[in-house]
Amino acid sequence: MTYTWRRKLADWMTAYLFIFPVLLGWGIFVVVALVMSLYFSFTSFNLLKPPEWIGPVNYLRVLRHSDFLRYAVPNTLKYSAVVVPVQTVLSLIFAFALDQKIRFRDFFRTAFYLPSVTSSVVIGIIFVWLFSPKGVINQLLGLDVNWLYNVQTALPTIMLVNIWSTTGTMMLIFLAGLQDIPSELYEAASIDGANRMQMLRYITIPMLRPVIFFVVTLGIIGTFQVFDQIYIMTKGGPLKATTTIVYLIYFWAFGDVTPDMGRASAAAFILALAIFAVTMVQRRFLEREEG
Amino acid sequence: MATGQPAVRWEPSLWDRLKMPIFYTLLIGWTLIAIMPYWLTIVFSFMPKTAIFDPPRLWPKPFTLENYQVVLTAFDEFPLWLRNSFLFAVGATVLRVFFSALAGYAFARMRFPGRGVLFALILGSMMVPFVVTVVPLYWMAVKWFKIYDTLWGLIIVWTSGSFSFGVFMMTQFFKQIPRDLEEAAWMDGAGWFTLFFRVVLPLSRPALLALAIFSFQGSWNDFFLTLILMQSPENFTLPLGLAMFRFQYYAIYSNVLAGSIFNSLPIIIIFFIFQRYFVEGIAYTGLKGV
Repeated sequence: MTYTWRRKLADWMTAYLFIFPVLLGWGIFVVVALVMSLYFSFTSFNLLKPPEWIGPVNYLRVLRHSDFLRYAVPNTLKYSAVVVPVQTVLSLIFAFALDQKIRFRDFFRTAFYLPSVTSSVVIGIIFVWLFSPKGVINQLLGLDVNWLYNVQTALPTIMLVNIWSTTGTMMLIFLAGLQDIPSELYEAASIDGANRMQMLRYITIPMLRPVIFFVVTLGIIGTFQVFDQIYIMTKGGPLKATTTIVYLIYFWAFGDVTPDMGRASAAAFILALAIFAVTMVQRRFLEREEG
Repeated sequence: MATGQPAVRWEPSLWDRLKMPIFYTLLIGWTLIAIMPYWLTIVFSFMPKTAIFDPPRLWPKPFTLENYQVVLTAFDEFPLWLRNSFLFAVGATVLRVFFSALAGYAFARMRFPGRGVLFALILGSMMVPFVVTVVPLYWMAVKWFKIYDTLWGLIIVWTSGSFSFGVFMMTQFFKQIPRDLEEAAWMDGAGWFTLFFRVVLPLSRPALLALAIFSFQGSWNDFFLTLILMQSPENFTLPLGLAMFRFQYYAIYSNVLAGSIFNSLPIIIIFFIFQRYFVEGIAYTGLKGV
């Protein structure tokens, strides 16, 4: 095929025509937004006065702010430390169960995934009602706890709601991973006389390891960014018992009587760095596994 | 049996006998846990507002349509929220799917300078947490583009923010379809546009549909971006309106429950119709696609 420069140029222009709308939208509302956010994090500003460069002051303020240190960070870490292991183990068990010769498998899969398709707002609304002082949960347990307005129980309640809503998604990922394991491996092992526990230990778990890493990383990234449920169910209260990092960022930027968007941007970058670090650690682990 | 060996007598172990009952118990238990909150919501949304804290029951009694009537008639803005949600979800879905497919095709098949770098950057940007861009998005909407508190502004910003995943998914898809048909059409003198619109798009229905479903779900359920970009109640979408409901009409929670049905029912129906694509998409990418 003769490929003249004129033809080549026309091809390039067509290609850029194809990607132009994406490039424009993504360029402005992702790339420029990211750069602006970085700039904002080094400035002092709210909507009334223009940004004014103050250097890394915001970062120091965030890292010394009691709301950040005493509430947002510990709450987010606690949240992640409970939700991630519980939803990972639960979804793994359910995936194992569904991978057997189970009747009505499609029905179970559908039912499990249902909580993942509805909006966080509706889920929040439903659980606020279920967990209210005279609500269904207290009636079933014969208790009289004000779950969402009690400093001790508010965060655990939101953890439960999150576990309820994401376990189904994680289960689907595990199920796909389990079904990807070639059955020849099990056949070969059973010819060699391996029992079921040995197969689990030497075939299933090792083959599933990348998927487990993936689900855990996805869980950590998701729980680090929890916002909707907090906003709907408790607005960060009572007494900041459910104030998480993203909720605090939102509050600083939009909710506070004196908004401080520079400080909010700095906190957002600190969170982004933490999430980036988690992703990198996961990738390292996977590479070591493969290498 | 041709072999002369005696059959090994296979004694089922305790675990073999117990495992299926255990698995079924687990599965049925979690099914109830997953479904019950929705069922109770439906039941109580059909009961009078005074019965909201009655003992849980599986069928509405006394039955009433009052909550739905109140939601649809007494709250002027409710029908607007429904309309806005619909326009937002449809607009965002159409724009995202079409432009992602267009760009994905270029990344999968065409050669042009900057291709590798751009694709890597677009993929990498999926790692950026949404909250990082929240303040600039608000700022741009208010100061630069004057699209704050407008529905089309919301559509544009949401779509733009979700392109990276769409492009990733479509590129992966186009890369794995065979080139034969395109090459045949190319020989017949078809240009890139003909190839894309006439040859490739008709072959791509499953992928387009999967991305469309993710997009509809993501925009229909979106809360955070809508919260940042919308101000007037008549411009709210359902999730934002319902969030306001939840705080303002706490005393008439039956109405709130009835309102929430309008948000969850359409997406549940879509889920049932297109279930296969949801499941395959989740399994394939492992991402919820926002």
